[in-house]
Amino acid sequence: MSLIKIALAGEGGQGVQSVAEILAEAAYNENKQTIYIPNFGLEQRGGVSIAFIQVGDTRIGAPKFNKADVVIALSERAVGRTAHYSDKNTLYVYDSGFSPAAEDFPQEAKQIIGIPAIDTANNELHPRVFNIIIMGAVIGLTNVVTFEAAKQALEHKLGHKFEKNPDLRELNYKALEIGKKMAEDSLQQEGVSHIG
Amino acid sequence: MQKVISETKKAFMTGNETAAWAALAAGAEVMYGYPITPQNEIMHYWTRLAPKYDRKFLQTEDELSAGFTTSGAVQAGVKAFTATAGPGNVLMQEPFGMAEAMRLPLLAIIQQRGGPSSGTVIYSQQEVTLTTYGGNGEGHRIVYSTATHQELYDYIIKGFNTAWKYRFPTFVLGDGYQAKMREPLEIYDPEERGIEMVKTYPLIGREGHIGENREPQHLCNIYSLEEELYDVVMKTSAEYEKISPEIVEYDENLCQDADVLIVTHGVVSRAADDAVKALRAQGIKASYFRPITLRPFPAKQLREAIAKSGAKKMLIAESAYGQLDRLTKQEIYGETIVIDHLFMPGVGIVDHDIITKVKSML
Amino acid sequence: MITPATPKSWYLPSKPHKFCPGCGHGITLKALGEVIDELEIQDKTIFGCDIGCSLLSWDFFACDSTQTHHGRTTPVMVGIKRARPELITIGYMGDGGGYSIGSQHLLNSAVRNEKVTLILVNNTNYGMTGGQMAPTTLPGQKTETTPYGRDPELTGYPTKGPEFLAELTSDGAYIARGTVAKYKQLKRFIKNALLNQIEGNGFSFVEVLSTCPTNWRTNAQQTWHFLEEEMEKEFPVGELKSPLGKGDK
Repeated sequence: MSLIKIALAGEGGQGVQSVAEILAEAAYNENKQTIYIPNFGLEQRGGVSIAFIQVGDTRIGAPKFNKADVVIALSERAVGRTAHYSDKNTLYVYDSGFSPAAEDFPQEAKQIIGIPAIDTANNELHPRVFNIIIMGAVIGLTNVVTFEAAKQALEHKLGHKFEKNPDLRELNYKALEIGKKMAEDSLQQEGVSHIG
Repeated sequence: MQKVISETKKAFMTGNETAAWAALAAGAEVMYGYPITPQNEIMHYWTRLAPKYDRKFLQTEDELSAGFTTSGAVQAGVKAFTATAGPGNVLMQEPFGMAEAMRLPLLAIIQQRGGPSSGTVIYSQQEVTLTTYGGNGEGHRIVYSTATHQELYDYIIKGFNTAWKYRFPTFVLGDGYQAKMREPLEIYDPEERGIEMVKTYPLIGREGHIGENREPQHLCNIYSLEEELYDVVMKTSAEYEKISPEIVEYDENLCQDADVLIVTHGVVSRAADDAVKALRAQGIKASYFRPITLRPFPAKQLREAIAKSGAKKMLIAESAYGQLDRLTKQEIYGETIVIDHLFMPGVGIVDHDIITKVKSML
Repeated sequence: MITPATPKSWYLPSKPHKFCPGCGHGITLKALGEVIDELEIQDKTIFGCDIGCSLLSWDFFACDSTQTHHGRTTPVMVGIKRARPELITIGYMGDGGGYSIGSQHLLNSAVRNEKVTLILVNNTNYGMTGGQMAPTTLPGQKTETTPYGRDPELTGYPTKGPEFLAELTSDGAYIARGTVAKYKQLKRFIKNALLNQIEGNGFSFVEVLSTCPTNWRTNAQQTWHFLEEEMEKEFPVGELKSPLGKGDK
């Protein structure tokens, strides 16, 4: 696979960084070259939290990038904050539960897609697995890791919680699947092939 | 001392975590430190791991104290280190200067953040001048600039050995990106790899009975007469120059035949490496040179690269406004190659930035 | 001819020492030398000195010694003691080094109850740099930077080191103020401060009221008067805190 660059952005508490960490670990476990770096410090305190993930087959260069292959913005503010990571090759995904101002959207994108992740989490599953839906969506958009590897990484990260409450495991796996399907359906509707 | 890593392991971790493991594997016994972003997690991992391996830690009252306590520990013959960044690195120039004067084998890990002043807590390559030539001295220091987590691990282990073998303060210069990002590396026990760890020894607090089988040790960094200081500085300079060829490290690629030579260091050299490959693919003869030691600087090797490549132009790219540029120019004084620059203080540089710049130069 | 006994722990090649005539450093270091001998700790003592007149003691003892920067003796001693607890660490400094430029180190090492012994010589001015105001300069006292006398309205009152350290420290700390005018008492305080470290009880600190006729511009009689009358009035002598059960108020 060629190098895939993903920027995931949301509000603090939405779990953007933990999703990025799980995804990066899944890619690493599949023997891929991977870099994950959060934004941090003042920028993150009270601001938009952004995770930069890169996955590829050969050694990865700079840890951050100017333009992403996929941007996923999970809040209204995150849209304005991440627009500049998008260019004509970028799949720009946002949560359709928000209505960002038109001028906040990127000037350039391969496609701008809204997905109902927050609504789905709240209405069909549980608000706490919102970030896992997003993780599934990333996989649906990019195939950056296999579904199996993602499940294993989830198990690794949350296994201790699953032990105590096996229902949680089912809930998380379901969220992952729904997220993946949501992304695949969106791509199909828009007539866009997935990245990578 | 208890082995920390029994067999080589693959790991996927942050640079700060890497640094803590490297110091443990190198047999460091003590860390003294003071919180400052982006190096904090070195302390966090150290304080979690250290008690398991009977190692020590103190969170000092400030960076002055972190540097001076570290200098105390190494004088007493204990392998000790500290870590800092930005304004903390500024404060630590005082103890680092003393370490330079007294030839103390301390190791400091610097994770550069934006400057001047508080700048950002995120990233830069703006602590090059400070780390190589800070203080009121002559830059008698050894500075390794790393680009990957593997190097961070390798050069921290090597750095302890360099410090104790040559007795010059030694620095591993990383940055906020390297500190915070996760990437794969291998962690290992140095002895298992055939790396012999240099034995530490006390400069003060020695064994024996004073007046019977040993003399008292009197260490100082101040002199009554100009001539006394002159002799000390000249002697230190001569020793530094003598050992420099053994210490110098660099990396180069495609320097046999090139039109443009790209000089970068640290994490930016990853982008330069990619840029050179991309430019070559487009038929542009670019080459890559990277000093790994910023002090001592691989001046001879860079001059040779200029000569053998036949490059007429050089690009110096850095996440600072001319710190590597000044360092490089002073080291290759007299070369006639045309030098252009890409200065991006406090922000990352990607391959695209370098490719665009190189194309504009040709 | 009878010559005064020289402590065994003195380093003879550096004698006669370089302090000015009438300076109290020599008396303080003699008391310290005798205590090192009596406690038989010469081989494991690390003597650390500051910048300022105290630096002239860098090769005063036949003990392993290290000279540091202005105010930084405390952290160097802390770093050594924590790394090698079997060593006896003695930090030697002036009032400027301890109470001004190195005050954060003094305060925090006291709070942490660092098991080091610090001896701070208070001569109410910066001697080495030519007699500027120190944190301990008395109200009205003339120095190079208070040529009309120290005005507490502008520069506050003298720092009472032992008093604030006694407040800051927890059990196990030893805090005293002695004077070169009372040699036996001073020596006892220094000995207690070292015994306290040897016993591993905690932080040990002795402030020593001392003389500086060079910068005070005083003759012998005026010097002694200033020390015994003016200084002792401002800085009461005695043990402020002792875990050794040998309190001497």
